[in-house]
Amino acid sequence: MDFSYTETQDMLRDTLARFLADTYDFETRKKMLTRPEGRDPGIWRALATELGILGAPFAEEHGGLGGGALENMIMMEELGKVIAIEPYLQTVVIGGGALKHSGGARADAVIPEIIAGNAVIAFAYAEPQGRYDLANVRTSAKADGAGYVLSGHKAVVYAAPWATHLLVTARTGGSSREREGVELFLIDATLPGIVRRDYPTVDGFQASEVYFENVAIPGDALVPGGIGLIELLVDEATVAVCGEACGVSRKLLDGTLDYTKQRKQFGQPIGKFQVLQHRMADMFVEVEQIASMALMGTLKLDTPAAERKAAVSLAKAKVSRSLNFVGQNAIQTHGGIGITVELAIGHYFKRGTMIENQFGSADFHLGRFEDLTLAD
Amino acid sequence: MHLDFSPEDLAFQQEVRTFIAENYPADLRGKQDEGDELSKEDFLSWHKVLAKKGWIAPAWPVEYGGTGWTATQKYIWSEETARADCIRLMPFGLSMVGPVIYTFGTPEQKAKFLPGILSGDVWWCQGYSEPGSGSDLASLRTKAVLDGNEYVVNGQKTWTTMAQHADWGFFLVRTNPDAKQQEGISFLLVDMKTPGITVRPIITLGGEHEVNEVWLEDVRVPVENRIYEENKGWTCAKFLLAHERTGIAGVAASKRGIEKVKTIARTELDGDKPLLANAFFKRKIAELEMDLTALEYTELRSLAGESAGKGPGPESSLLKIKGSEIQQRLTELTLEAVGHYGAPYFRGFGEGDNAHPIGPDYAHRAAPTYFNTRKTTIYGGSNEIQRNIIAKMVLGL
Repeated sequence: MDFSYTETQDMLRDTLARFLADTYDFETRKKMLTRPEGRDPGIWRALATELGILGAPFAEEHGGLGGGALENMIMMEELGKVIAIEPYLQTVVIGGGALKHSGGARADAVIPEIIAGNAVIAFAYAEPQGRYDLANVRTSAKADGAGYVLSGHKAVVYAAPWATHLLVTARTGGSSREREGVELFLIDATLPGIVRRDYPTVDGFQASEVYFENVAIPGDALVPGGIGLIELLVDEATVAVCGEACGVSRKLLDGTLDYTKQRKQFGQPIGKFQVLQHRMADMFVEVEQIASMALMGTLKLDTPAAERKAAVSLAKAKVSRSLNFVGQNAIQTHGGIGITVELAIGHYFKRGTMIENQFGSADFHLGRFEDLTLAD
Repeated sequence: MHLDFSPEDLAFQQEVRTFIAENYPADLRGKQDEGDELSKEDFLSWHKVLAKKGWIAPAWPVEYGGTGWTATQKYIWSEETARADCIRLMPFGLSMVGPVIYTFGTPEQKAKFLPGILSGDVWWCQGYSEPGSGSDLASLRTKAVLDGNEYVVNGQKTWTTMAQHADWGFFLVRTNPDAKQQEGISFLLVDMKTPGITVRPIITLGGEHEVNEVWLEDVRVPVENRIYEENKGWTCAKFLLAHERTGIAGVAASKRGIEKVKTIARTELDGDKPLLANAFFKRKIAELEMDLTALEYTELRSLAGESAGKGPGPESSLLKIKGSEIQQRLTELTLEAVGHYGAPYFRGFGEGDNAHPIGPDYAHRAAPTYFNTRKTTIYGGSNEIQRNIIAKMVLGL
């Protein structure tokens, strides 16, 4: 057992943190959101070329830095600290994860493109009726000659407007909630028949409703692994957002501490009031537990599936609960100014609130944990 | 960073398991599981086994009798002893005054007091709280006046756990009434057999006699029994409190506690199904496991920081807050799980009594344990005081 980071990991964190401190202050971020693309693509390019860190979790043979899930956690935590609007989760963690796990010629071709900043992947898995059940898939992939024909509707696909590739879950067989028959496909995002309705999300991202209208895709678009692989990818993504939550919640606490040391009422800084001190002490306790659970989930990713799922669910359930507490109390402690768009705190609160339910709410994950471990 | 045990760690784990299986006193087996009250002899019989093996003080530096274990080995030790339900030894010598003595004591004091703590021959109690000084500990009024080579101590201490069995006590006393509160306190080691000491029992809600009032009337304490400098006792007190808080998380014991509650909930019926099938009860268990896991990894992160050279700092207040809350929730769930049979008050068997107690074994002490465990959020600095510490020392408020 070892809980220390390597020098390389510390360096990765420092490099990214310094870069983001220079490029991602609150005012600059606000301007990015008003651009037509809803982001500054130069940042992504700089992460790829200037810093060369999009390869953090990839093998050296693909041009990566040889890291893994811990590197993803570090990256996500730092991105969370500036509420970055970058498709790291979708492209590197999920898309990159699918390629790493399935390997082969596709991985050899696409991973270097991710590292170079050329490929942006969006993960089209959710459906309007599906909530968090990964097997609740109606989108169909019907075999057609050597390839498939995709039909269906994918919901709230983060980063789809920017994507060069879509990673899509679709059903090749089985009935609508069966695990059997759910498969994963990596396709070109510009194929004929893909229709997008783009929109901004409340946390500053760009997303789309994606409609597949009889889209012909090649047979080698299928990424082998089925529902087992999809569950693994979503578990990896889940702990990655736990890492992001760690960054977001630290800034929610820091912002609240700064504010209560400056804001005066009744003739003194409000941070002198014990009722607020205890609330912030409780926020600190929750922030530390978010960090602990992000780490726990990350370290358990390579355990057998049942153990991994139970651990990831415990981590996400706790992170969701704690983030809810930290976010709501950050706003309450700020008072009226906290519910305006003027201060950064509200924007951290918005991202934090979306993380609460991303890849499953606390209730969903407690339920999954119970099903796996608390049989009567 | 990883969670794997090395081959050496796995061998150590096996060694610990075998040692416990072969050496844990037979008459103690299952005793803690039933929530029975434990006697001084119970504690001592396990203490002596560990002392003989040299495993009595894993947290101590090797030069003073520690084991030299790695952080992982210490983790394995606490996991394995909890898994086997070994009784948890009293902290007053091993976790409290021992570290104060080897950190602040003179060579003579170390030589005189540490061996007795390790062997278990000397039992310690803690003279901190007073009737008028609970959370505001630094306001304590028990005073010590120097008279030749002796302090003359007068005052009253309270909540003194195990004072009825203690050979020695460590006391915070006021040696300078004119200085700022924290700067007029000294740390004295007092032989409990010294004339002028009176110990009176306080009976708590579960019917236990754990805590006492201790009265000190003209108690004469040799000046060489003062640890560290005169009027610098608060430094020792703070050091001790931070040490006390880390051990207080009780992660491994609470893990076992959850398994016990699950067993009860699989046995108790709710309709025609086990209680564990009740969605509400099941959710409470899941939430407890979730919070305990968060605590466990917070403690592991903190231990990693310690082995990297950072001592237990004010963030250990976090471990105290969450650890104590979880211990309380466990007892609450147990009491809920046993249903009707939480009510009968079982006082233990009298001599030659062969009557069977009322209700299932696991129910006998559910309520007394629940009542008793309310102490955890109060002692060691109440959880409200821990929040003050976090606010001031960590958050800079």
